[in-house]
Amino acid sequence: MKKLQFEKSNEKNINVRHPMESILRMDRIPHIWCPGCGIGLAVTAFASALEKTNLDLDKVCVVSGIGCSGRVAGYIKLDSFHTTHGRAIPFATGLKLANPELKVVVFSGDGDLIAIGGNHFIHAARRNIDMVVICVNNFNYAMTGGQVGPTTPLTANASTTPYGNFEHPFNLPYLAESCGAVYVARWTALHVRRLTYSITEALNKKGFSFIEVISPCPTLYARRNRLGDGLDLLRFYLENSVIQHGANTKDLDIGFKGKIVVGKFVDKEKPTFLDMMNEHLSKVLRDKYKKYGE
Amino acid sequence: MKADPKGVLTGIHYLDGDHAIAEGALAGGCRFFAGYPITPSTEAAERFAERIPLVGGIFVQMEDELGSIAAVIGASWAGVKAMTVTSGPGFSLMMENIGLAAMMEVPCVIANVQRGGPSTGLPTLPGQADMMQVRWGSHGDYEIIALSPNSPQECFDLTIEAFNLSEIYRVPVFLMTDECVGHMTEKVVIPPPEKIEIVERRWYKGPKDKYLPYLPDKDLVPPMVKAGDGYRFHTTGLTHDERGYPVINAECQEKNVRRLIDKIRKNADKIIKIEEDQTEDADVIVVAYGITSRVALKAIAEARKAGIKVGMLRLITVWPFPEKRIKELAKKVKAFVVPEINYGQIVLEVERCACGQAESILVPHGGGSVHDPETIFEAIKEAVK
Amino acid sequence: MPYFKKLEIPQGEIHIIKDRCKGCSFCVEYCPRDVLEISDEFNKKGYHPPRVKSLERCIGCRLCEMMCPEFAIFVTIKEEKKQKEVNSLESRP
Repeated sequence: MKKLQFEKSNEKNINVRHPMESILRMDRIPHIWCPGCGIGLAVTAFASALEKTNLDLDKVCVVSGIGCSGRVAGYIKLDSFHTTHGRAIPFATGLKLANPELKVVVFSGDGDLIAIGGNHFIHAARRNIDMVVICVNNFNYAMTGGQVGPTTPLTANASTTPYGNFEHPFNLPYLAESCGAVYVARWTALHVRRLTYSITEALNKKGFSFIEVISPCPTLYARRNRLGDGLDLLRFYLENSVIQHGANTKDLDIGFKGKIVVGKFVDKEKPTFLDMMNEHLSKVLRDKYKKYGE
Repeated sequence: MKADPKGVLTGIHYLDGDHAIAEGALAGGCRFFAGYPITPSTEAAERFAERIPLVGGIFVQMEDELGSIAAVIGASWAGVKAMTVTSGPGFSLMMENIGLAAMMEVPCVIANVQRGGPSTGLPTLPGQADMMQVRWGSHGDYEIIALSPNSPQECFDLTIEAFNLSEIYRVPVFLMTDECVGHMTEKVVIPPPEKIEIVERRWYKGPKDKYLPYLPDKDLVPPMVKAGDGYRFHTTGLTHDERGYPVINAECQEKNVRRLIDKIRKNADKIIKIEEDQTEDADVIVVAYGITSRVALKAIAEARKAGIKVGMLRLITVWPFPEKRIKELAKKVKAFVVPEINYGQIVLEVERCACGQAESILVPHGGGSVHDPETIFEAIKEAVK
Repeated sequence: MPYFKKLEIPQGEIHIIKDRCKGCSFCVEYCPRDVLEISDEFNKKGYHPPRVKSLERCIGCRLCEMMCPEFAIFVTIKEEKKQKEVNSLESRP
């Protein structure tokens, strides 16, 4: 395997490594994401968040689907799984239920999690499976060339809506909350520190946690809609995002070039699938049942 | 190693095929079940729901079959033997992730209690029309193992066998029964746990930092680890190299996929199980599997009474197909008679392997019931001419 | 005020892994102390990596490290702190 030439740090301190290198698969860096893409920022926030929790990193698993955001699993040095389109969440459910000690993080994109994976999303949230779902929302199917997705705002251009999108998009925090998620937050790729904090909170929480990360897609969504490059989009997020913790998720729609409400919207306690199962079966089966996962 | 006594319901039972599959799985060490109700396999899921919490496992009814198979694969990566059961329509839904299981080399067992098809077909009546689908259903090149029980007792035994094979070869193994066997209630003898041999996957025991997830041993099967043990492995459905990282070029494809194919083809002799009856002097051999093999017994008895030298080759392992044996027998017999509850699937394999040296006569049946033994008898008579 | 005059402000040391950079300029834009600028040199991939314009202004906030999607820049804190008058610490407008 050809050794990549790009690994040298600044000549001054060759022994000093980037602090995130211990959590990244350095033999695969540089990654495939475009210049200005926000997925790298989401990964940075995730890596920082992992440091801040006290989790045993050997027990943290990352499951991704297909798409640009789906490639995240390939760059993170934990037990990581790159699965089929839309099925990251049930795969993660299988992992978690078979070994409740694992901490499972699903890192994928809007199309993968909400379109083809929509059914699995709503049921995992309903069951309150203990997992963290980080949905990088760039408003289109980027990997395949910028097609319309379930979060593409009205009137936006995409390769399969060349005359503009006329479908109503999802409001993801609203969807997550109505399905029963116990932690729902939305940040943009610009809000790295707040996103890190949110991910830390979600990792330390039991139950189905959902974090939406609004991310620039300079090569496709932004180019098609003349929104500029990554930097222009981040400037846009700075101007047009409003932090409203606890806002009603009903009001969080994102229009084309519209206001983006960010913050932590839901943070509640609810027994997880395994809690419910153990409690109920213990009650009904009494001595015949030994609590699962303990 | 011996079975875990917790999961073995030793004794003499009166069970139907579906229930026997569940008991066989529990005896074989299965502790994770994810499924979706579909006639005629639902009884197996129901049995799991009742029994698995009592043996320390977990049952989850997923939202659809796609979720079920994905959860089974995830559970297997967590180190737990996992299974799902379904029928035709659900089986079709699972195809993409069956490819994932084959590519990621995940041990898992999927039972397909076949019913009349295509599409919604005959939900409550038998069929055997998924036999080619089990082999070729998912896109791309891969190999699987498929077993065909013909009685509830065999449902029990072959489910244990299926788990063992899947663990040895790190491949999805299929249990292809049908509604008739699934809903048939017969005596099932469950032996004591010491008499049940089970196999665990080959665990990697070397140093953590030298671990390569897809570096095969001599038998072409890589040792496995499970999530949470600190190996920090990566695995993907993309064509990958030994490190588990995607490598998108033709050389890697050749290495990766060739090994998946050879893993089964080169070990086929150790995997294939067939049962032969009166084939030594036979002029005609009936090749049958599943419920049809029992129906054919009557036809064979009649034919023998009428003086026709006929024998039976029962396929217990349908895939990999016993090519060698068919080739051998083709040299000795006049014809093969292949009754199946479909319009010609396994007969195509028989014909292919016979290479024109013996005729292959199909006795088709659209599904919805089993053959009338007369039709098989007629076909045998034709074959001898 | 006498309390603030003894304030110890960290001095950052900036490490740029030039060949990993894809020229997005996030670090330059979001440095609150105007420490970085885009250089004229090309890296191996043909992008213009950032360069340190005024290292003495760096206070080690590590926002550039967090804002880089490529893991191409990071900051370590130098042992000696700088003793600065509060007035001279202007932030970026």
